[in-house]
Amino acid sequence: MQGHLLTWATFLPVIGMAVILLIPSGRKDATKIVAAVATGIQLFVTILLFAGFDRSATGMQFVEQYTWIKTFNIQYFMGIDGLSLPLVILTALLSFIGVFASWNTEKSVKGYFALFLLLDAGMMGVFVSLDFFLFYIFWEVMLLPMYFLIGIWGGPRREYAAIKFFLYTFAGSILMLLAMLALYFAVEPHTFNMLTLMQSNYGHTFQIVVFLALFVGFAIKVPIFPFHTWLPLAHVEAPTAVSVILAGVLLKMGTYGLLRISFPILPEGTVWFAVPMAILGVINIIYGAMCAMAQKDIKKLVAYSSINHMGIVLLGMAAMTKAGMSGAIFQMFNHGTITAMLFLSVGVIYDRAHHREIDGFGGLGVKMPIYTGIVAIAFFAGLGLPGFSGFISEAMTFIGAFPVYTTLTILATLGIILNAGYFLWAFQRIFLGELNEKYADIPEINGREIFTLAPLAVIVIFLGVYPMPILNLFTHAVDKLINVLNYGASMAMF
Amino acid sequence: MTTQDNLLSLHFFLPELIIIGTILVVIIADLILKRQHSNRTAYIAFAGTVGAFIALLLEQVAPRALFFQTIAVDPFGTFFKVIFLIAILFVIAISFKTNELNNYRFGEYYSLILIMLLGMFLMASSIDLIMIYLSLELVSITSYILAGYQKNRARSNEAALKYVIYGGVSTGIMLYGFSILFGLTGTTKIAEIHQVLLASNYSPLTLVVAILFILAGFGYKIASVPFHFWSPDVYEGAPTPITALLSVAPKAAGFAVLIRFFNVTLVGSTTPNMGQWFALGSLPWPQILAAISAMTMFLGNLVAIRQDNIKRMLAYSSIAHAGYILMGAVVLNQQGLFAMMYYLFVYLFMNLGAFLVVIIISNTYGTENIEEYRGLGFKVPYLGVIMTIFMFALTGLPPTGGFVAKFYLFSALINAGSQFYWLAVVGIINSVISFYYYARIVKMMFLQDAPEGLEVKKGHPWMTTVLTLLVIPTLLLGVYWESIATFAQNSLKFF
Repeated sequence: MQGHLLTWATFLPVIGMAVILLIPSGRKDATKIVAAVATGIQLFVTILLFAGFDRSATGMQFVEQYTWIKTFNIQYFMGIDGLSLPLVILTALLSFIGVFASWNTEKSVKGYFALFLLLDAGMMGVFVSLDFFLFYIFWEVMLLPMYFLIGIWGGPRREYAAIKFFLYTFAGSILMLLAMLALYFAVEPHTFNMLTLMQSNYGHTFQIVVFLALFVGFAIKVPIFPFHTWLPLAHVEAPTAVSVILAGVLLKMGTYGLLRISFPILPEGTVWFAVPMAILGVINIIYGAMCAMAQKDIKKLVAYSSINHMGIVLLGMAAMTKAGMSGAIFQMFNHGTITAMLFLSVGVIYDRAHHREIDGFGGLGVKMPIYTGIVAIAFFAGLGLPGFSGFISEAMTFIGAFPVYTTLTILATLGIILNAGYFLWAFQRIFLGELNEKYADIPEINGREIFTLAPLAVIVIFLGVYPMPILNLFTHAVDKLINVLNYGASMAMF
Repeated sequence: MTTQDNLLSLHFFLPELIIIGTILVVIIADLILKRQHSNRTAYIAFAGTVGAFIALLLEQVAPRALFFQTIAVDPFGTFFKVIFLIAILFVIAISFKTNELNNYRFGEYYSLILIMLLGMFLMASSIDLIMIYLSLELVSITSYILAGYQKNRARSNEAALKYVIYGGVSTGIMLYGFSILFGLTGTTKIAEIHQVLLASNYSPLTLVVAILFILAGFGYKIASVPFHFWSPDVYEGAPTPITALLSVAPKAAGFAVLIRFFNVTLVGSTTPNMGQWFALGSLPWPQILAAISAMTMFLGNLVAIRQDNIKRMLAYSSIAHAGYILMGAVVLNQQGLFAMMYYLFVYLFMNLGAFLVVIIISNTYGTENIEEYRGLGFKVPYLGVIMTIFMFALTGLPPTGGFVAKFYLFSALINAGSQFYWLAVVGIINSVISFYYYARIVKMMFLQDAPEGLEVKKGHPWMTTVLTLLVIPTLLLGVYWESIATFAQNSLKFF
């Protein structure tokens, strides 16, 4: 097992799925337990990865490389570095938590957990693949379960949300396919190996064209304005656990793709497009915050806050400084944990009240003190209060971006103020003030729900105080990326 | 050339001879068997097809021409013959248990299918204009009869009649094109036509007209725009096993003829090569084909969205697929042809599979209306999941063979240089559009609840087995496809 940790991490959920399909459909508890065990072992494997990861090494680790399709030079090539490891851990963690968050699923349990595990495998595969073809396969495989999870187990407008999500991402990913082929044919001998692709030189125009094609593919996933319209819909209609995965992991794939593929392979294209990227990032921040402020539905508010937070990631990346880049990567991880908490909290209250109108509650703090405390952590972390992990990554991002894009960064920080506005306002309307009589005997958060939220709260607070365990992971990866980009910038000058 | 040549040729004609023998045996057996037992001729037909398959696989000869240079035996033809044989085997297996044909005698039915097989064998290996025409007509005429086989059903009759009219006009135009080409070159052998065209001064306009007319015939067989009008009505009206067959096998045969004709007359090389595609003057063949391909994709996909009858929807989808495959013909080089052949191979399984699900649902629940597929996915999960796999394969999503096939088509286009990037983008847009209507079926089956009182009926084990045999390759070819890819690659040798 030692040599194939990444394969295990990726395919354990598939094994779990196969077992679930063999369980008779009446045995609901057995199905859930299998799902929990499969994701649990996967989480354990990623902890092994975290423990065994050599923080001083620069290259890829836990590498597995085999020939898959010889005639087209396609490889089964997996490996992780500091950039992918945090996301690998995040994926495993949120999948594990997601299983417990879906414990009360009633409608065809077997199908739900089978698809959930397939989704898990697809996400994990994306983060560990180093062969572009393999990466693409996982990227697409993940779409199918997501389509069904939203479409079958979602809210009232689930069908529309599912198809819109799918058409958007499918259009983006197939554009990515063309870019991938263009890269493949641009190097001799033809290869999909990302590391080899990074070491090759491409013409200036070629870099720009391919970068743009990839950018649209990734931008839809992030989502970057104006490709964001699928997001609020999908997030709102999806069941809680799926929203957690959507916001917590899927959005990261877009920014991960940019950092893993676009930036190092096409540095000139990146430098050429850096300013527009920063502008788009700021638009995301401000537009996301303003939309969030206008929402009546609390889940929609959280969804728009994701657009805002991903804008911060984009701004940090576009700055191409060490602080900015590290902040961006750290923000990816933090947004994953924080937004997961937010969606889980929304799920808790929705399960009890069966609606999500912010104005439909009031004074819940009296009846649900523990829940209120947890939501307070999530909201404060979400608005970037010092002491929580989100603050550190946002601060790093702005510090990194300020010297490069001064005006834009100032605008972005204004967006952050709006963040505080809508989170606090929503908190006030739901938990403070006079108790809404309708919810006089609303039950307090139960043990299972605390079990899903507590680990995330611990991580958010711990990393807010001592972020080094995660920051240590990617110092070398960031250095390397910045070197490549500096080289790209120098090339673009000529 | 002596008459001996004909006799010597027979030795290399064994698979076809086995088919001919089987046809005769089926007809005689049908006379002997009682009417209610006539379905037993399926065993004979099946055994004969298997025999032809074995003979084909054992036949290891260098590429050569037979019968005074009218028929070629070469790896290219063999690849397509394998596709036809697999398709026919599945269609016989499906027809064996379908309810649609219960009131009719089966002997003629199976012998017609085998005659069609023979015609397709000849199509894939013709190297003479007359032979191309004859084999194409042999396939067409049997198709007309089979489409109208349910003679008491008005729609079936309508299908046959429309098919005859469109077919007659298209092949007539093609024949006219052939005659112009013969007038220009003085020969009917396609290899010689190439030589003459290279050497002599011909009027480019005349050649363009001739080739366009010939394209009418080929376009009709592969159902590309603007010769597609017959296909929705025929697909809807014909017995579903025949629809399934028409959507894969004659289409593949049409592509075989098209590839061979263009490759030999216009490129003229035993190993295709992009550079020579342009050798014959200023005629923009790739652009013409690219335009046809783009129009075919758009028309097929856009119209498919509006269909309520699943057979009609699949008919338009198969038009769209002809458009995708034509993308490979645009870059008439090794990669393009390889991609086309690989696509046709995968398409065989996924499209037959989709039709088989339609047949099963129509046999057990009596509906071909997409709206009435509501909730079937939860009621009959096995069928629902398999249909989903086929729909996603047809869209071209991993991990199915459909993705790999599309991947190869796109890679051929991208590799051909920036002049066809636009076509690749058109291909993308169309893939996205196509997902919309394929997903509609999935949506009906899974995302919507079944109507009250929908009775779950027991599936037929025979059909389920056949379905499984179709779904396995569809999935397997998406995970590991090296051996098939090598087979297709090695089949790129023309006589």
